[in-house]
Amino acid sequence: MAEKWDIQEVEVWDGNFAAAQALRQAQVDVVSAYPITPSTPIVEGYGKFMADGYVDGEFVMVESEHAAMSGCVGAAAAGGRVATATSSQGFALMVEVLYQASGMRLPIVLTVVNRALASPLNVRGDHGDMYLGRDSGWIQLDAFNAQEAYDLTLMAFKIGENHSVRLPVMVHQDGFITSHTAQNVHPLKDDEAYAFVGEYQPVDEMLDFTRPVTYGAQTEEDWHFEHKAKQHKALLDSRPVIDAVFDEFEKLTGRKYNRVESYMMDDADVAIVALGTTVETARLVAEEMRETEGIKAGVVAPRCFRPFPFDNVREALKNTKAVACMDRSSPGGALGALYNEVAAALYTGDNHPLMTGYIYGLGGRDLTVDALKDIYRELNENAKTGKRAGKIQQFVSLRGPKLEYFE
Amino acid sequence: MSTIKKIRNLKELSTANDRFEGAHLLCPGCAHSIIVRELMNCTDDNLVISSNTGCLEVCTAVYPYTSWDTSWIHIGFENAATSISGAEAMYKARKRKGTLKDPDAPVKFVAFGGDGSTYDIGFQWLSGAVERGHDFTYICLDNEVYANTGGQRSGSTPFGSSTTTAPAGRVSYGKKQMKKDLVGIMAAHGAPYVAQMAPNKWKDMLKKMQTALTTEGPVFLNAISACTTEWKFDPKDTISITDLATDSLVFPLYEIVNGKELNITYRPKNVIPVKDYLGAQGRFRHLFKPENAHILEQWQKNVDAQWEYLQRREEARV
Repeated sequence: MAEKWDIQEVEVWDGNFAAAQALRQAQVDVVSAYPITPSTPIVEGYGKFMADGYVDGEFVMVESEHAAMSGCVGAAAAGGRVATATSSQGFALMVEVLYQASGMRLPIVLTVVNRALASPLNVRGDHGDMYLGRDSGWIQLDAFNAQEAYDLTLMAFKIGENHSVRLPVMVHQDGFITSHTAQNVHPLKDDEAYAFVGEYQPVDEMLDFTRPVTYGAQTEEDWHFEHKAKQHKALLDSRPVIDAVFDEFEKLTGRKYNRVESYMMDDADVAIVALGTTVETARLVAEEMRETEGIKAGVVAPRCFRPFPFDNVREALKNTKAVACMDRSSPGGALGALYNEVAAALYTGDNHPLMTGYIYGLGGRDLTVDALKDIYRELNENAKTGKRAGKIQQFVSLRGPKLEYFE
Repeated sequence: MSTIKKIRNLKELSTANDRFEGAHLLCPGCAHSIIVRELMNCTDDNLVISSNTGCLEVCTAVYPYTSWDTSWIHIGFENAATSISGAEAMYKARKRKGTLKDPDAPVKFVAFGGDGSTYDIGFQWLSGAVERGHDFTYICLDNEVYANTGGQRSGSTPFGSSTTTAPAGRVSYGKKQMKKDLVGIMAAHGAPYVAQMAPNKWKDMLKKMQTALTTEGPVFLNAISACTTEWKFDPKDTISITDLATDSLVFPLYEIVNGKELNITYRPKNVIPVKDYLGAQGRFRHLFKPENAHILEQWQKNVDAQWEYLQRREEARV
């Protein structure tokens, strides 16, 4: 039996260590991993737990991230709890196998510490890797701080392993700002955490020799479409399970999670829609804008990036007049992934606020309070005049003349 | 506990409990199924098998059918060594934690790959898995070409062979490079057992497979798998072509124990000229044009040198 950790009521953990602790408390059977900045400390932390007897599963240090996810798939098909961690280029190298994991319906948990994708090479945080995973068939949950990275990692097992879901789950946190910043975290005791996650209940395991299984069959035009459609259905059907797990977690901890987190949206005229650490900064700025400038500002943050909470986003923004979508990824000739999803959600509703897409924070460029204030002011002007000042897509905190695109 | 299954003759082998179902889509005359069946029939232990993408994989698991009456997994072209690593790690973890349904059931972990996935695209994954020391057997079904996709050259394709991506033509005799010595490379990893085997010498192959399965740690076996489609010979001649390969010493049969102790396991009574082997296959037909006579000479020299090297390694025991 693994040793228990003497958990304090309040621990000072960074996001990486918080995620590593959640993996330890879930008593993962196999961690198959390869280190990469900024998620390396998750793997190192887990390795130290292993060395000190806090974990009695297997820790397989492979030779690449592609192999890390390949090992996870083989291990998960063999009927046990599996997790790993990665970032950026490592995530990109994993992509082939991410699709295989979800296609085989294997509930692997991947903690992703978001980092920019090269070239140019950059180790700082943006959401390029998170967006790269958006069509991979995984559930994607987004943490805005270390506490949430811990909470969501525990919940990820319970969501993904639910027999009506059986899908892999990513838990995202921002590189460095969350992953390397020590914060107060209120963890569960080991027994409480494990009781919450529960025993792993295998389905179609390769190690049940009375019932051999074939994983990774081939399907062409005759069956492939049906399989992919069922996978999409499973993702959509995971929504009530995610809600139920959030509810159960709230009963246990008092910490309430929602697939869309709305902040001061009841009477908001203008809203910023964002992901990651930007959400917390935007909340502070929204409060300040209300107090100092009388702007009815709010923040909408998808907690669940996949399946995308279209209904909840539409509901959250139903009374807004102007909305800013914050995309922290190079848009690659389009408006931005978050912008596209939010626009699609709003288009199907009755309220059609003026929408602006802001590209920001690439490669770890800081998004300042002042920059967010300017965005709220611009939204407020748009709301008052009923007309968008400037173009649809704007670049924030970029050197040189103002860059904006799309009429 | 696992036991070594006694198989005395071909009849016993062919009538053994068949866990590789015959209704697969491999070409008539393909040696893959001969090798795979022998592996699956040489033990009564439970098997967990992984396959790389390739002929074997696409011909044995087309939904809603499967030829595998044992647990089987395929992920991608390159990572069968890693998926089996994961499964083996999970077995160890669950055995330790007591969560296996039948903890006493003996089980062996086996990965199959073609030469494309083993010598080329999956080489890193294989190397990593062997370095980590997982308890598994990796079998390369070496048909010396990307046969599944219509005959492109691989790192295993021999010198002078004509393939679709290194074709023989007006000014080319085909592939310019030598076949990679993968058996030597895997022995250099320090694997406890590596061997080269051929389905025509079924008893030798059986012994190597059973040694592999009862050896703790990573084992690499390279099996010549004659490809009727890409080597261009009559499907009925699979075994006789393989006889020519082993008797000309183009494909010598040997094993290396603990990276050092090399044993030649088959010495042909009458060694035949290399050109007899090459001449029996369409992929080498162009080498018999007068302008390519020097290539044939080079071929014989290469094979002689390789045989000399193996014999000296065997003597030296280093």
